[in-house]
Amino acid sequence: MPKIFIDNTSYEVKAGKNVLEACLTLGFDLPYFCWHPAMGSVGACRQCAVKVYKDENDTSGKIIMSCMEGVRDGMHLSIDDKAAKAFREQVIEWLMTNHPHDCPVCDEGGSCHLQDMTVMTGHDYRRYDYKKRTYVNQYLGPFIHHEMNRCIQCYRCVRFYKDYAGGKDLNVFAAHNHVYFGREKDGTLESPFSGNLAEVCPTGVFTDKTLRQHYTRKWDLTSAPSVCQHCSVGCNTIAGERYGGLRNIVNRYNAEVNGYFLCDRGRFGYEFVNSENRITKPQVMHQAVDENALMHHLETVLTNHSLIGIGSPRASMESNFALLDLVGKENFFCGVYNEEMMLERRITDILDSGKIPVASLKQIEDADAVVILGEDIWNTAPMMALAVRQSVMKTGGREATEKTPMPEWHELAVKELQQNTKGFMVNVTVTETSLDEIASLNINAAPDDIARLGFAIANHIHPSLELKNFEEAVLAKAKTIADELLKCSNPVIITGTSCYNDPVLRAAFDIAAALKAAGKAPAIAFVVPECNSMGLAMMRGHAFDTAVRRVNREPNVTAVILEQDLYRNLPAGIVDEFLSKCRNIIVLDSLNNATTEKAHVLIPASTFAEGDGTLISYEGRAQRYYQVYVPDNKYIRESWKWLSRMKMIISGKANGHDPHHDSVISSLETALRQFAGISAAAPSSGFSIHGEQIPREPHRYSGRTAMLANRNVSEPKPVADGDSPLSFTMEGYQGTPPSSAIPFFWKPGWNSPQAVNKYQQEIGGDLIGGNPGVRLFVKSSGNMPEFFKDYPEHFRERQNKWLLLPQSHVFGSDELSVYSAGIAGRSPEPYMGLSPVDAKMLDVTEGSQVTIKSEKEEYSFPVKIVESLRNGIVLVSKGLPGTQGMSWGNWVELAK
Amino acid sequence: MLTQSEIKEIDHEIGLVPYKKAALIESLKIVQKHRGWISNESVTEIADYLELSPAEVDSVATFYNLIFRKPVGKHMILLCDSVSCYVMGYQKIYRALNEKLKIKFGETTTDKRFTLLPNVCLGCCDRAPALMVDEDLYRDVTIEQLDQILEKYV
Amino acid sequence: MERPLTKDIKSDGSYLNIKEYEKAGGYAALRKVIKGMSPAEVQETVRASKLKGRGGAGFSTGMKWSFVPMGEDAPKTKYLICNADEMEPGTFKDRVLLEGNPHQLIEGMIIASYAIQANISYVFLRWAYREAARVIQKSLNEAYEAGYLGEKILGSGFSLHMHLHTGVGRYMCGEETALLNALEGKRATPRAKPPFPQVSGLYGKPTIVNNVETLCCVPHIINNGPQWFIGLSKSEDSGTKIYGVSGKVNRPGAWELPMGVTMGELIEEYAGGMKNGYKLKGALPGGASTDFLTTEHMNVKMDFNSVAAAGSRLGTGTMIVMDDATCPVGFVHNLQHFFAQESCGWCTPCREGLPWVEKILLSLENGGGKEEDIGLLEMHGQLLGPGNTFCALAPGAMEPLQSAIKYFKDDFVEHIKKRGCPYN
Ligand SMILES: Cc1cc2nc3c(=O)[nH]c(=O)nc-3n(C[C@H](O)[C@H](O)[C@H](O)COP(=O)(O)O)c2cc1C
Ligand code: SF4
Ligand code: FES
Repeated sequence: MPKIFIDNTSYEVKAGKNVLEACLTLGFDLPYFCWHPAMGSVGACRQCAVKVYKDENDTSGKIIMSCMEGVRDGMHLSIDDKAAKAFREQVIEWLMTNHPHDCPVCDEGGSCHLQDMTVMTGHDYRRYDYKKRTYVNQYLGPFIHHEMNRCIQCYRCVRFYKDYAGGKDLNVFAAHNHVYFGREKDGTLESPFSGNLAEVCPTGVFTDKTLRQHYTRKWDLTSAPSVCQHCSVGCNTIAGERYGGLRNIVNRYNAEVNGYFLCDRGRFGYEFVNSENRITKPQVMHQAVDENALMHHLETVLTNHSLIGIGSPRASMESNFALLDLVGKENFFCGVYNEEMMLERRITDILDSGKIPVASLKQIEDADAVVILGEDIWNTAPMMALAVRQSVMKTGGREATEKTPMPEWHELAVKELQQNTKGFMVNVTVTETSLDEIASLNINAAPDDIARLGFAIANHIHPSLELKNFEEAVLAKAKTIADELLKCSNPVIITGTSCYNDPVLRAAFDIAAALKAAGKAPAIAFVVPECNSMGLAMMRGHAFDTAVRRVNREPNVTAVILEQDLYRNLPAGIVDEFLSKCRNIIVLDSLNNATTEKAHVLIPASTFAEGDGTLISYEGRAQRYYQVYVPDNKYIRESWKWLSRMKMIISGKANGHDPHHDSVISSLETALRQFAGISAAAPSSGFSIHGEQIPREPHRYSGRTAMLANRNVSEPKPVADGDSPLSFTMEGYQGTPPSSAIPFFWKPGWNSPQAVNKYQQEIGGDLIGGNPGVRLFVKSSGNMPEFFKDYPEHFRERQNKWLLLPQSHVFGSDELSVYSAGIAGRSPEPYMGLSPVDAKMLDVTEGSQVTIKSEKEEYSFPVKIVESLRNGIVLVSKGLPGTQGMSWGNWVELAK
Repeated sequence: MLTQSEIKEIDHEIGLVPYKKAALIESLKIVQKHRGWISNESVTEIADYLELSPAEVDSVATFYNLIFRKPVGKHMILLCDSVSCYVMGYQKIYRALNEKLKIKFGETTTDKRFTLLPNVCLGCCDRAPALMVDEDLYRDVTIEQLDQILEKYV
Repeated sequence: MERPLTKDIKSDGSYLNIKEYEKAGGYAALRKVIKGMSPAEVQETVRASKLKGRGGAGFSTGMKWSFVPMGEDAPKTKYLICNADEMEPGTFKDRVLLEGNPHQLIEGMIIASYAIQANISYVFLRWAYREAARVIQKSLNEAYEAGYLGEKILGSGFSLHMHLHTGVGRYMCGEETALLNALEGKRATPRAKPPFPQVSGLYGKPTIVNNVETLCCVPHIINNGPQWFIGLSKSEDSGTKIYGVSGKVNRPGAWELPMGVTMGELIEEYAGGMKNGYKLKGALPGGASTDFLTTEHMNVKMDFNSVAAAGSRLGTGTMIVMDDATCPVGFVHNLQHFFAQESCGWCTPCREGLPWVEKILLSLENGGGKEEDIGLLEMHGQLLGPGNTFCALAPGAMEPLQSAIKYFKDDFVEHIKKRGCPYN
């Protein structure tokens, strides 16, 4: 560890870091703008100046930019040096010459990095009194608001949008002090990562347009640590509320998961919470009832009937478990078909065996090679795609700097050395994807052929199985890929359920297993459909088919359906059949949908914003989200609370107290061993620091005595939170909370999101106390073959039949996020993709309506001709209106 | 659409560099040579041809002062406004051009015949003041010569 | 007095074509190198000649070349680039060489390429040098035809391709790393150093960027030896230098003279003294980004160290004379306008500081000057120094400003007192 001297005190610092990172890690407040821990140094803003001295006898020293200089053993530095301070202050004054000083009307005010740095440097009087330059702003779409006059030209926006995230439509224009950051012309920002601009921009140029529509200052938000509900990655978020409405979602740093960023689906998809479509009252037979009437009715339908439960991939572990606890293990089903369930079972089996570790996003970023088999992660797990991009870029950078050593943080230099060198990444998917442009190799194939290629790769790495009837071309490709993989040390294999194809999953495992046998340290990631698909799969409930058979067999069944629209995932005919056979249908959900319409008893469930819960991500990482606020509507409660109450009804204790979150979690741990350890995902409700709870509101929270004065002039007592160590007030522990219970990032002098620096053990590294979440797949049961050897037959087109596969979309394919206007607006129109040959054969052209016929259903969509699609496959945009209940992975007929 | 001759010239430049993108400035020059200036359409066409985004093309195009993103006149007058010409009185020449053509720096005559732009030191400081019209350089320019010079460009 | 660089340049303004150049002894140095010298020997010869770069910074050319990776392990592609972007106000020396004797430059570039084993070479020429562009292109064609360029030059194993690239404006392109970005088709913002272009330059490959005049010296050094080159000079710095004088002197122009003529000699003897009715007030010795020298410096030798000792820089060696009828504030305003406009916009001090300086100066000129203004100008002079900004543009801009305040402070004060420019 190098020892450096800062203002004559010695410190041990980590080698390989730059001086700025070292100083911030040591806790010094050193201002900066252009440097970003995830994007490195470029030396543009000149804000981070310090003095460096040749040795202890040098008294004059020279000014350097701390972000552009690596730490060296014995280095003598000064932060306090007068000249360095004066320079830093001057940089702010320069930046302010053209800044509009419009903090009072600026969205960023109060959480602005520029404000913080201005105060930090002591600049308080602007001597420039000439005309300021002004710019015209642009319309950038539904998510991001643009206010160019506030720009301080740190170049972070382009560096994030273009260099980090691969976006094409944002750039820097013009020169000298006319530089302009925006699009070539007005229009919606295309990148699904555009929302990060709001956090990456240190001032109010790019701000969250959805927040603007119901604006609240950061200090007036009641916030809680949350977890994104819109895919299986499980990004950590902070959700903020004011006046009973959810106002925004921002990033919550987790070094192993999403780091500093979020995708736009996650950031802007929150409006479903505020949606008109919320279920607000309990209903019995479509009539709103009060709680008494509800309970009364429930008593009759729950007792004397045999109960079955349908668990949900988007409900929390707590709710799923409470359902299982209510109905009993043998009566617990999942709302998915057997075939899909087998896929998920395959995944949990593999991960449970512990043979191959699961890759976190951080591990994907750090991987030196990536193979993607059959999953369009750009659309199904966007932040994973961003991580893959980093792997490709960083690996390329490392290769380029082997000969000319250059520290990784030196972004500018590494880029120059790197040129077009990229790391190895193979993208094998059904059709073209947005990740193709950075892939070393793109292969588009039918699922079975994707699997075959995977097996062939595994075989080349570790000849374990005989390959018969393999085409030369496939073998040659497999060999190229295998040879490249053998050059790497920590490759990651990514796959998922989107192909509805088990061999693809097995092939992915085989590649990883072969690499492990070859002495590598591979990791694997399986993308699953929803935010708690993994948790539900781990519960090992029965498939929906069994439930259908059960109700057909047994007449007197009361079905409790948890937070899901069965019509989305299953063919309508089957759902109809199922529901018609149930004696009673109890549905708990937050939004009205086709299933809730069929409910005999409808119970309003809380969303993630109004309740507590735990989700299990694709990683098997259990992560806790906390209730953000107490809704005015007292009926809105977590499903697990309602379900526990139902259980009490059955056991005759109708007047008992609602269980606490802790007790639900500990029963879960006892009842289902695979979840042992899940309680460690977050501190228990009794947790306090020096007897204090963690406040959800910052100490500057304003107006609390006034905001409810229209109802009652005396300020109401804050609601107690029996389920978490967080309080619904501004009072409480003001220090650093446990990492999984951080409701907002704030430290004295650091009001912007950059305050996260102070919560990290090391800048850009793990949070103090470790990163949130526990990974549940750690044990090894050992009953997993060394390799799966049974590869499928070559994909063959069928006469007049097409294999139906989903095409996911970041915007549109997720059930809840489309209730946000912006996301809905960016969703494509539903379509059907066909290969050019198939289209010709069917004699259809782009836009023609074609009907898909499956066993029970018919759907009609306009045709889109997809060049990269294999013949014999029909692709339908997933989750969009009209595409519900399609039998993905099955053979269907097409008719004009 | 890029014309055949534009494409031919651009292809030649692409052949000289390791990857297409590196021929961007050359492509802008070529298209400007043919069309006089770089319109939004030209930006998009160049972007498509070089497999870049329009934003990437425009980012470069707007950086350089001799790539014109607005229509310009048939002839370009570049008047040196740097220090030696300042000492030698380029301002007088400027005022004279002002009066004759009724345009300021950055403007184009109503008949679209001339655009007048300032230019950094033209590298003939020993023969200041200096100006260029299109590709022709004029040194030791006096107000009296201006009419004669301008006449040549119709 | 020997004038190796300019002696063959014709007085009718036409360029020296390949026949004429060869007749005058041209390409002999190339033959000598190709036939009998190793790259290391060429490098050693240039190092021994103590040639310093003529682009402004005065860095030892031999030393610069020695940083290029050589031998088996070195990257296959390397580049040699001639910086012919001459846009520094007051500078017009490279134009003389480019228009008058392009083959001399081409020969120098081939030898330099050989010395570092570069196989691709560019002349980066500013757009406005149309005549130079025409003659260089013609000369390149001639050189290819004669076998001095292309595959297996003069039957040796050495191949070199050379291209002419003309810019699209921006002074910034003259900064060597910004030049590389411009050549790659990007915005001409400078790159971080290290890595230096010698190691990671054009397209990430080892690259040498040299000034036109620097490269033109090379054939002569090869032909006549390092000692001869050192002997050409009157001072510590070897060789001749193309000096120039512009402003209100009797005979503005450029002359190749032994390194180390004095400022007085240049103005009085070569430029014929000040024009009738004008007195010398000050001069920028080597282009817009050098500090003023004044009448007290008439004996300063115009070489790198001597000018530095006098508080300025030799820079490009082309002097801009400021007479007593020219307002120093207006003069400096003109310069700062130039620098502010040519800032690339990358780093804060340059992008925001220079326009501020420009505005202060303009307001002084227009009668809006305030007491504090001089302090603000001085503050910029100090804080826009080397190391504080990303590249050398802004520090260069501050040189004439801070020296103007030093020598002509009264003029600044006068502007404030009189509420306007006393020279009008
Ligand atoms: C803003 C700026 C502009 C420059 N312009 C030129 C130029 O036009 N021509 C030139 O030869 N060097 C110019 N230089 C210097 C070059 O960066 C570089 O030092 C030079 O080309 C090296 O050549 P030499 O070693 O032969 O002097 C400029 C430097 C800066 C900072
Ligand atoms: S817009 Fe924001 S991020 Fe972009 S350069 Fe300006 S201040 Fe920086
Ligand atoms: S943070 Fe170091 S120069 Fe911008």
